[in-house]
Amino acid sequence: MFQFVLRRLASAVPTLFIVVTISFFLMRFAPGGPFNLERPLPPATMENLMKAYHLDQPLWNQYIQYLKNAVTGDFGPSYIYKDNTIAELIGKGLPYSVQLGTYALLLALIGGVLVGTLAALRQNSFLDFLVMSVATTGVTVPNFVVGPILTLIFALLLSWVPAGGWGDGSLKFLILPVITLALPQLAVFARLTRGSMIEALHADHIRTAKAYGLPQRAVVITHAMRGALLPVVSYLAPCAAALLTGSAVVESIFTIPGVGRYFVLGAINRDYTLVMGTVVLVAIFVIVFNLVVDILYGLLDPRVRHD
Amino acid sequence: MTADSMGTNENVLSVRGLKVDFTTPDGDVNAVKGIDLDVKPGETLAVVGESGSGKSQTMMGIMGLLANNGRVAGSARYRGKELVGLPVKGLNEVRGSKITMIFQEPMTSLDPLYTIGRQIAEPLVHHKGMTFKQAKVRVLELLKLVGIPEPERRMNSYPHEMSGGQRQRVMIAMALANEPDLLIADEPTTALDVTIQAQILDLLRSLQQRFGMAVVLITHDLGIVKHFADRVVVMRRGEVVEKGSIKEIFEQPKEDYTKMLLAAEPSGIKEPPADTAPIILEGRNVSVDFAIGGGFFFGSNTSFRAVDGVSVRLKKGQTIGIVGESGSGKSTLGRALLRLLPSSGHYHFADKNISNFDRSAMRPLRKELQLVFQDPYGSLSPRQTVGEIITEGLLIHEPQLSRADRDKRAIAALKEVGLDPAARNRYPHEFSGGQRQRIAIARAVILKPKVVILDEPTSALDRSVQGQVIELLRDLQAKHGLSYIFISHDLAVIKAMSDYVIVMKNGKIVEEGPTEEIFDSPHQAYTKTLMAAAFDLE
Repeated sequence: MFQFVLRRLASAVPTLFIVVTISFFLMRFAPGGPFNLERPLPPATMENLMKAYHLDQPLWNQYIQYLKNAVTGDFGPSYIYKDNTIAELIGKGLPYSVQLGTYALLLALIGGVLVGTLAALRQNSFLDFLVMSVATTGVTVPNFVVGPILTLIFALLLSWVPAGGWGDGSLKFLILPVITLALPQLAVFARLTRGSMIEALHADHIRTAKAYGLPQRAVVITHAMRGALLPVVSYLAPCAAALLTGSAVVESIFTIPGVGRYFVLGAINRDYTLVMGTVVLVAIFVIVFNLVVDILYGLLDPRVRHD
Repeated sequence: MTADSMGTNENVLSVRGLKVDFTTPDGDVNAVKGIDLDVKPGETLAVVGESGSGKSQTMMGIMGLLANNGRVAGSARYRGKELVGLPVKGLNEVRGSKITMIFQEPMTSLDPLYTIGRQIAEPLVHHKGMTFKQAKVRVLELLKLVGIPEPERRMNSYPHEMSGGQRQRVMIAMALANEPDLLIADEPTTALDVTIQAQILDLLRSLQQRFGMAVVLITHDLGIVKHFADRVVVMRRGEVVEKGSIKEIFEQPKEDYTKMLLAAEPSGIKEPPADTAPIILEGRNVSVDFAIGGGFFFGSNTSFRAVDGVSVRLKKGQTIGIVGESGSGKSTLGRALLRLLPSSGHYHFADKNISNFDRSAMRPLRKELQLVFQDPYGSLSPRQTVGEIITEGLLIHEPQLSRADRDKRAIAALKEVGLDPAARNRYPHEFSGGQRQRIAIARAVILKPKVVILDEPTSALDRSVQGQVIELLRDLQAKHGLSYIFISHDLAVIKAMSDYVIVMKNGKIVEEGPTEEIFDSPHQAYTKTLMAAAFDLE
C-alpha cells in the first residue's frame, strides 16, 4: 500500500511537468500580454516593465527560468496584484476556498448518496420522481441564478442569514454559499447513486442476502450500498478538485475572498504567473484526489486492491 | 379436505393453489397458475421443467424473492406456518434459518466485496445472535464439511479468488449453517463442468443423509433427477403436468409431455465422410498465448498458453466434436482456426496456405468460414431487425446484390432454418432462445459457407429445443455439404453430432479418434472421468 502511494506520487511529477509546459506555452501564444491596457503605455514604460519582469528574454529562457523557480516553490510575482507573489495570493485565498469547498463537498456527497439511495429503494414512486426532478433542476439551473435567489429569500426577505462576506467564518455566513456551491454536485451524486443502487439491488447476491433472511438494513447498507458507491467514489476526485479550488461565480456573488476569482482575473488580464499558479494548484488537487479515490476504491472493492 | 389439512402439518412444505403473476407493460403474465405440492421431511423432491415452466418462480414466490413486478397468491405453509403474505420480518425468521437456498449462478450469488468467511457467518449472526468472532469456529467447521481445502486460509478469500465449483461449495456451507429443515437448490449444477457437477451432487447427497434435511431440487436435467430425487413434479407453463415417484415417472410416464422430456436426449449418430473426402480446413501445431498482468510503468509481462500445439484436420462433410471443460482452450482453438486471434502454427483452407494471412487477406475468406456462438441472447444486436442482422454479411461479401435480392436471400435463409420469413422485420428480443439460435444459424448459412464453427450452440437451450436445433444443423449439413467443428462440454450432444472427437484439457489434446471409439473405449484416464461424470448420472 505504502509502495503504491509512493509510486503514484512519483508518477505525478511527469504529469505536473506536462501540465505546466502545455499551459505555459498556450498562455504565451494567446494574443495580448499583461501590460496591454486599454490605453497603451508609453513605449519607454512598457520596455522597462518588460525588462523588470524578464518578458524581453527569449521564450525558451523564460520557460527554463520559470521551471527552475517553480521547483523551489517560487511561482513569481503577480502582474496585476503587483505587491503580491502568487504564493502569497493563493496562500491567503486558499483557506477560504478549501473551507467552503469542504463543507460543500460533504453536503453534496452525504446528501446526494442519501437522497439517491432513497429514490432507488422507492424506484418509480412519487418520492423517486420528486427527487429526480429536483436533481435535474439542480444540474440545469446555474449557480449564478441559484445564489442570488437564495440571497433574496433568506438574506433580504427573511433576514435569517447575512447576504455575503466571510464575517468571522461562522456558519451563518457559510450556509448560503455552501448550498449554492453544493447543489449541482449534490444532484450529480444523487443521480449516480440512484442508478448504481438500482443496479446493485438487482444483483444476484442481493437475492442471496434476502434468501438468507438478512434484515433490510444489512441487505441495503452492507451488501448493496458498498458496491453502489464505486461509481460515486470515482466522481469524487474531479468533484473535490473543482469544489476545493474555489468557484469564481459563487465567491463573487457572496464576496468571499477565496482563490476562485483568480482563475478568471488571471486569464482576462493575461497575468501569466497567476494563471500558471492556479493551473498548478488545480493539477495538484486533481492528482491528490485521484490517489485518494484509488485508495478508497481498493478499500471498497477487494478485486482492485493494491498490495 | 381433512386428511389434506392434517397432512400439511406432517410436511415440511405444503403448497396449495400457489399463483405467481408478473405485471408487465404487455399485460399480466401468469408464471405459476395455482399449483399444489408437498415436501416431506428428509425427502428429495425434484421440480422438473423447461425454461418458462415456472419452476423457479414457484420457489421465489414462496420465499418472497420475486422481482418488484411479481405477486404471489395462494398458500405455502412451512410446518403449518403460512408464508404467503407474511411481512418481510416474519419471512426472515424462516429464510436462512429453516429454509435455505442455493442458486444456479455460483459466480454471482456471493457478494464480491466480502470474504466468504464473513458471508457464511452472516446467517449465523443474524439468526443465532452470534458475533462474527463466535461464528468463526462454526464457519471453519462448515468449510471442512463441504470439502474446501485449507479452510483457515480460504475463509479469508474473496469469491473472485475461487473457482465455480468452490463457490457452489461455499453456498452449500452457507445453506447448512443453521441446519435447515429444507434446502431449495435452484439448478445448482447447471453452470458447472460435468466433473464438478458430479462432485457437488455427491456432496449434497451425503450432507442430506447426514443432516436429514429435505431438498427441493429445481432442474431441467432429468439425468440428475433420476439419481438424486425420491419424487418428481413435472411442470410446464406454470402448471403441474405430472407427479410421482422416480420409478413411476421414469418407467411409466402417463403424460405426453413427460414422455417427450424423457425422450429429448439427443440421439442419432453422424456417419463419417468418405475416406477420399478432401481436407477443407487444417491447423497444424496451433498455439495461442494470452498476456496476463503486467503494468504500464513497472511490472513484468507474463503470458498464459491457452492452446498448446494442437493439430486439427477437418475433411469436407465432416463434423469434429471438440470436448473439454471450461478453460480447456476449446473455444480459443476454434477462433484460432478461423484466424480470429493471434496464434502460431500452420493453417490451410481449401489447399490455400493461410498461415500468414492478415485481417484484410482473410476478409474474402470469411464468407466461407462462419462462426455460431453459444449465447443466443448476447450475440445478436438488440437494435437491428432480424433481417438486418442476417443480411449484414451479404453487404460485405456480395455488395453487388440489390436490396430486393438481399431480402429474397433473407427469406430463403429464414425458411431454411424453420422460421417464418415475417421474422425479418422483428427484433431479437421478440424471440425465444431456440429461435434466436436459429437466427444466428441463418446469419451463417446465408453466406453459403464451407466451414461452420459451432461454439456451444445448444448449451443455453432446453433439451427439447436442443434436439430441434441439432436436427436443423444435421439437415443443413446434408443439404449443403457443410463441414462443422462442434465445440461443446455436453457429451450427449457431441455424441449425436460428430463423427470424430477431440478431447481437450489445459490447452492440449488428451485423446482423439472416431466418435464410437472415444465413447465406447476411451483410453485416457481423463476421458474416462469425463464419461463417467456425464453418463453415470443418466
